[in-house]
Amino acid sequence: MLKLPIYLDNNATTPMDPRVLEAMIPYFTEKFGNAASRNHPFGWEGEEAVDYAREQVAKLIGADPKEIIFTSGATEGDNLAIKGVFEMYASKGNHIITATTEHKAVLDACKHIEKLGGEVTYLEVKPDGLIDLAQLEAAIKPTTILIAIMYANNEVGVIQPVKEISAIAKRHGVLFFTDGTQAVGKIPVDVNKDGIDLMAFSGHKMYGPKGVGAIYVRRKNPRVKVTAQMDGGGHERGMRSGTLNVPGIVGLGKACELCMLDMEADTKRISAMRDKLENALLKLEEAYVNGSKEHRLPHVSNISFKYVEGEGLMMGFNKNIAVSSGSACTSASLEPSYVLKALGLGDDLAHSSLRFGLGRFTTEDQIDYTIEQVSNTVLKLREMSPLWEMFKEGIDLNSIEWAHH
Amino acid sequence: MAYSEKVIDHYQNPKNVGTLDKSKSNVGTGLVGAPECGDVMRLQIEVDDATGLIKDARFKTFGCGSAIASSSLATEWLKGKTVDEALTIDNMTIVEELNLPPVKIHCSVLAEDAIKAAINDYRVKNGMEALKLDDKVVH
Ligand SMILES: Cc1ncc(COP(=O)(O)O)c(C=O)c1O
Ligand code: FES
Repeated sequence: MLKLPIYLDNNATTPMDPRVLEAMIPYFTEKFGNAASRNHPFGWEGEEAVDYAREQVAKLIGADPKEIIFTSGATEGDNLAIKGVFEMYASKGNHIITATTEHKAVLDACKHIEKLGGEVTYLEVKPDGLIDLAQLEAAIKPTTILIAIMYANNEVGVIQPVKEISAIAKRHGVLFFTDGTQAVGKIPVDVNKDGIDLMAFSGHKMYGPKGVGAIYVRRKNPRVKVTAQMDGGGHERGMRSGTLNVPGIVGLGKACELCMLDMEADTKRISAMRDKLENALLKLEEAYVNGSKEHRLPHVSNISFKYVEGEGLMMGFNKNIAVSSGSACTSASLEPSYVLKALGLGDDLAHSSLRFGLGRFTTEDQIDYTIEQVSNTVLKLREMSPLWEMFKEGIDLNSIEWAHH
Repeated sequence: MAYSEKVIDHYQNPKNVGTLDKSKSNVGTGLVGAPECGDVMRLQIEVDDATGLIKDARFKTFGCGSAIASSSLATEWLKGKTVDEALTIDNMTIVEELNLPPVKIHCSVLAEDAIKAAINDYRVKNGMEALKLDDKVVH
C-alpha cells in the first residue's frame, strides 16, 4: 500500500535512519557524561563514544580521525573554514575565490570577509553548472589564500571537478575548501584522492541527526589550521569550543558507517528510480533538465516545466508529494533561485522548476505515483496558462511588451 | 504555508478558464504581469451590447495558486456586472474573500490590474477614452 505523503525533498533534509536513532538513544539518558570530564567513568564513556564516531566519520572520507572537528552542521563548518582560514592566513594574503552557485552559508561568509577588508572573486558557472577551470586558474593572484568550491550543488546536484580544482590549488600553493554537504555519504569522497584541504558536511543530509556535522581539516601536506570562531573551553583541538553533542556525534558516526555500507546498493537503486522519473517527466513537451546530467548526484533531478509556475504546480500535489521549486513565488524575497539564474536560465524557466530529491527510503511505487501526479498537474495547468496558449499559437513571448514591475 | 480552503477550491475547480474571441468589438482583453516575474494573467470580458452587462468572463493564469484563485474569483464576480460596476472590484476584497496572506497580496493586485486592463481594452475598442489607472503594484 502506498503511504502518503511521499517525501522527495532529500536535498533539504533526510529522514533519520532508524539504525542511527538506535545508536543514539543510550547517550541521552544512561550514558549522558560530558566527553571532556576526564576523571570519572561517565566522562570516559562519552569520550569513547566520540572517539569511535570520529573514526566512523574519518573512514567514510578517507581521513585520519584527528582531522575531524565536530560542529553543529554545515553552516557552521562553512563559516569556520572560510572565516577561520581568512584569519589564520592573514599574513599570506586576503583573497578568496568561490562561485556564484555556492550555498548561502558560503556566500554570506564571503560577504562578511569582504566587510573585513578581504577580497572575494565569485566565479560564474557554465550553463551546465560546472565552473570553468581556466577561469579559476586565471583568478588566482599572489594574495589568494583559499579556493572555496562546493563538491555538489544542493539545487541541481551538479558535481564540480574537485580533483582538477585541487590540482590547480596545489600548483599555486592555495588551500582548497569544499562544501561537501550534498556529496558526503552519497558518492565516494576521499580527501586524499580528491586533494581536499578542508571540507564541511552535515548529519541531517545523510540520514543522521540535525544540528550536528563535521569539518575536515588536513593535518599533513600541508598542515592546515583555522582560527576558532567561538571562544571557550578549547575543545576539538582548539578549533571549536563547546561541550560536545555526544548523542548527535554518535548519530553522525553511525550515519557515516551506514552510508559507507549501503552506498553502492543505494546508488544503484536510487539512480535507477531517478532516471525512471526523469525520463517519464521529460516525455512532457517543453520540459528541460537543469544542470549537467553527466556530472550529477545520483538522486537529484531538477526539471523546468515551461509555461507553468512552480508553486502553482506544487499546489496540485503537495498534500501528497513533497518537492521544492526555484520559483520566486515560494521564496520570501520573491526572487527566483539564484542558482538557476547563475546557470543562465531565464527567470521564466527558473520560475517553472521543480527539484526532486530521492533518498534511501524512496520506493518504486512512490515514483510511479509521482510521475502520474506531476504529469497530470502540468497538463492541467498548461490548459490554464496564457503562455502555453501563446506558445501553441506560435507567438514569440519575447515579442510581447510585458509590464515589468 | 497552508492555503485557505477557498484558494484550494478555486485552484482545484477553477471557474471560467478559457479564451474569448479577442477580435470581437464587445470583448475586452487584459494581459498583465510578466513571465520573468513568475506571473502572467489574461482576463477577458464579453459585454452584452444591448444591456451593457458583462455576460461572460474568462481567464488564463500562469502563476501560483493564489494568482489562479484570484483570477478565477474575479471572473465570477465580473459576470452580471456593468462595466462601470466592474471597475469597483478592489484587490483587497479579493484578499479578504480568499484569505490571502500578506506575501500573496500582489497576486490579487494582478487580478485587479487585469480587470482594469480588460475594461480599458473594451473602452478603447468602443470609442471611449482609456481610464488612467493608478499604480497599485506592491511588488
Ligand atoms: C550545500 C549546503 N551547504 C550547507 C548547508 C547547511 O547545512 P546545515 O543545515 O547543516 O547548516 C546545506 C543545507 O541546506 C547545503 O545544502
Ligand atoms: S504569482 Fe507569484 S506569488 Fe502569486
